[in-house]
Amino acid sequence: MTVTDNPVASFHDNDQHPVGFGRMLRKEDPRLIRGKGNFVDDVQLPGMLHLAILRSPYAHAKILGIDVSAAQAHPNVVAVITGADLAEQGLAWMPTLSNDVQAVLATDKVRFQHQEVAFVVAEDRYSARDALELIVVDYEPIDPVMDVRKALEPDAPVIRDDLDGKTDNHCFDWETGDAAATDAAFAKADVVVTEDIVYPRVHPAPMETCGAVANVDQISGQLTLWCTSQAPHAHRTVYALVAGLPEHKIRVIAPDIGGGFGNKVPIYPGYVCAIVASLVIGKPVKWMEDRTENLVSTGFARDYVMRGEIAATSDGKILAVRTNVLADHGAFNGTAAPVKYPAGFFGVFTGSYDLEAAYCNMTAVYTNKAPGGVAYACSFRITEAVYLVERIVDCLAHELDMDPAELRIKNFIQPDQFPYTTKTGWVYDSGNYEPAMRKAMDMIGYDELRREQAEKRERGELMGIGIAFFTEAVGAGPRKDMDILGLGMADGCELRMHPTGKGVLRLSVKTQGQGHETTFAQIVSEELGIPPEDLEVVHGDTDNTPFGLGTYGSRSTPVSGAAAALVARKVRDKAQIIASGMLEVSVADLEWMKGSFQVKGDPEKSVTIQDIAMKAHGAGDLPEGVEGGLEAQICYNPENLTYPFGAYICVVDIDPGTAHVTVRRFVAVDDCGTQINPMIIEGQVHGGLTDGVGMALMEIIEFDELGNCLGGSFMDYLIPTALEVPDWETGHTVTPSPHHPIGAKGIGESATVGSPPAVVNAVIDALKPFGVRHADMPLTPSRVWETMQGNHTPPI
Amino acid sequence: MQVTMTVNGEEVTKEIEGRLLLVHFIRDHLGLTGTHWGCDTSNCGTCVVLMDDEPVKSCTVLAAMAGGRQVRTVEGLEVDGVLDPVQEGFMQCHGLQCGFCTPGMMLTARALLDDNPDPTEHEIREAISGQICRCTGYSTIVRSVQWAANAESESPVTVGGAS
Repeated sequence: MTVTDNPVASFHDNDQHPVGFGRMLRKEDPRLIRGKGNFVDDVQLPGMLHLAILRSPYAHAKILGIDVSAAQAHPNVVAVITGADLAEQGLAWMPTLSNDVQAVLATDKVRFQHQEVAFVVAEDRYSARDALELIVVDYEPIDPVMDVRKALEPDAPVIRDDLDGKTDNHCFDWETGDAAATDAAFAKADVVVTEDIVYPRVHPAPMETCGAVANVDQISGQLTLWCTSQAPHAHRTVYALVAGLPEHKIRVIAPDIGGGFGNKVPIYPGYVCAIVASLVIGKPVKWMEDRTENLVSTGFARDYVMRGEIAATSDGKILAVRTNVLADHGAFNGTAAPVKYPAGFFGVFTGSYDLEAAYCNMTAVYTNKAPGGVAYACSFRITEAVYLVERIVDCLAHELDMDPAELRIKNFIQPDQFPYTTKTGWVYDSGNYEPAMRKAMDMIGYDELRREQAEKRERGELMGIGIAFFTEAVGAGPRKDMDILGLGMADGCELRMHPTGKGVLRLSVKTQGQGHETTFAQIVSEELGIPPEDLEVVHGDTDNTPFGLGTYGSRSTPVSGAAAALVARKVRDKAQIIASGMLEVSVADLEWMKGSFQVKGDPEKSVTIQDIAMKAHGAGDLPEGVEGGLEAQICYNPENLTYPFGAYICVVDIDPGTAHVTVRRFVAVDDCGTQINPMIIEGQVHGGLTDGVGMALMEIIEFDELGNCLGGSFMDYLIPTALEVPDWETGHTVTPSPHHPIGAKGIGESATVGSPPAVVNAVIDALKPFGVRHADMPLTPSRVWETMQGNHTPPI
Repeated sequence: MQVTMTVNGEEVTKEIEGRLLLVHFIRDHLGLTGTHWGCDTSNCGTCVVLMDDEPVKSCTVLAAMAGGRQVRTVEGLEVDGVLDPVQEGFMQCHGLQCGFCTPGMMLTARALLDDNPDPTEHEIREAISGQICRCTGYSTIVRSVQWAANAESESPVTVGGAS
């Protein structure tokens, strides 16, 4: 097992060119470090126009009228379109990914601040923005519903009066687990701890905002849409269904994407506006939102108000966990999750522990806030689930006066219990938790840190050590259970070998920085024994890749990675038959030597995969029944999710005079099963850890009582810089997935899921001398200071 | 109005609106799309370019203000087909993922190393603290800059020196 990376020692260890798995420099980088990437805003087409969107200043208001005449008179303006114009075409509303509807442009009323109201198309981007200021909208404000706790009060204004017969702000109810069994477990417990825990609204805020360039060919009717999409195939199908465009006439291209983190899964009104504009005007149209638009209107994350309860014996055996959740879904239910899972995968809130019972009930409501909910590397709400269980376990440790590491170890699901079915019905495929926990404790020097902490407490210094242990559920998902808008969550993959033994691999998933072009080449390289450099990876273009649901929920390696391995094995199987003809032996007499087939027991007689590729395309007969060419295509339907896990330990120091939290150290031990490229895995972990520090200490999208969004710029929505985070220390264990072809489990979101409770637990641990058992994120200096004074209040 | 500046060693003269931001001048008027835009409020640093060898946020500089100045963008880091050690370092140490903040980060790193060839980890973190990366968590960016510093100290010829 590798322990921490030694960056300097590895500087000159990078020239390896592994055939298969191992550290390998990325194939993406040569273009990106030269500034030669191709992001959506880099797309320039002849005659291209620019679109800008007018947004509502009110969170809730009737639209009495819109006067666009002055904007239309602007010399550089080509068109001004309102919701009424779209309604004439039947395009004013569109489906969300949760089978709700969302306004493309508001017609009757606006339901959140900055909702889309009209758009301008102009010759250049400055003129488009200028013209927005010339549009006059007559609004009649309505009281907004901003407090999620008051959304269901009888006199609350009804937000979704667009829905037939809707008389309240109820969105859905959902439950999981066994209420009676959980009640029974609680009844016999020695200790019950209850804590109200809020996971406030945050935003993924990728560095590149969302945008699109739409180009409709007036003669062929072909729509080409370059857009910031993590799921180009799913987007294409939705456009076909919404706009009635024939699917074969739509080409969605997701070029280089400047970070996604779930923010680029939904279809946003801006994309639809760009398509409509190009359709109507007959020219290419570009829409790029600005930073404020991204923060205030696109897919937010979290916004769960949770009550966590945990029941245990007096010696620390956890019996049951129970939770009640109030979920704020904003004005439209735009959750991007499999349809049978309205709360995403929150059902894994039982964590990594062997329980007798568990139960959750949830009520989701509409409020006058932007839609979204599943985003920010959350693995479909596992961020919330892990935060709840890891916080409440720490509360239990506090009550029992037990070491939080020992309490966790005592309750872990044991290795011989896998596959383990949780009390909420999730089948954890594999796990070996204690070695990961012990390794993290060794790496950070846990016992020594506790000694240091005790000494510092004597001196009145505030130092905290926070632990979180998480189990993820990723790789959605088996099509019998999981679909989005009726589209099964399987992924296609196509591999075509050229005569000279080079190849092209076509994926349905799409990188936003995860390094698919490298990782997937390595997967095929491992299976076929050819250098990854000899494989071109094509993705993000619906015309040139097989269908699949895209990259989010850490699903690329678990689903599409399996597809890549299996498609390579199909090619290898065919190659073996061709090799048997070339070597004049039966297929069974051949042995695979990672790159060549060799006659068993006769190393002199072998053919390489490159020889076979040439033979497959060349002159001469092939074995009977074998067609020419060497290629294959598959669609992979995973049989289960994969369950990565990890042990995280964070050390913080708090300035007692200013309440400022400094993250001194952070050790992350991750187990994502088989590792394909450790360098990329480490990078994925580092990014997620930084997200965790951001959410725990800085990030929040807040609103005032009038519905004004208070986090609408990077001056207000604070994201960690290099000075707020430590040098990350990472390690790993390897517990391969038993059902994944190469044993890989996915890593993209593990650290975002696991790190917030580690940081918060560290801060709470530091505040133990003040008798503090819980405080809500973000633990800004002012919130920590208030907590130290005994005045903690939830952020929402 | 007319503006003349030197961009990556070449003098350019363009007719522009007085309010045109330098980032849009570079991207839309010169077609140098390696410089990205991220926030409008000088917080994210995605748009950093060098102006007379100093990092500036080009979303907060008018193109007119760059008149008569030397501007260097990511496209000007590679000289005669040889990568700047900073570019090489970012590749070697996985200092980038999505690549969106990378041009700005590399230009700040270039300016730092020109000024301070052997920076400490803290000095590197401080230098890039006006810029945001959502992917890497910064450790690998720090290593990338250290790699470049090491490479430059081993080789007396500074490949990517001031333009």
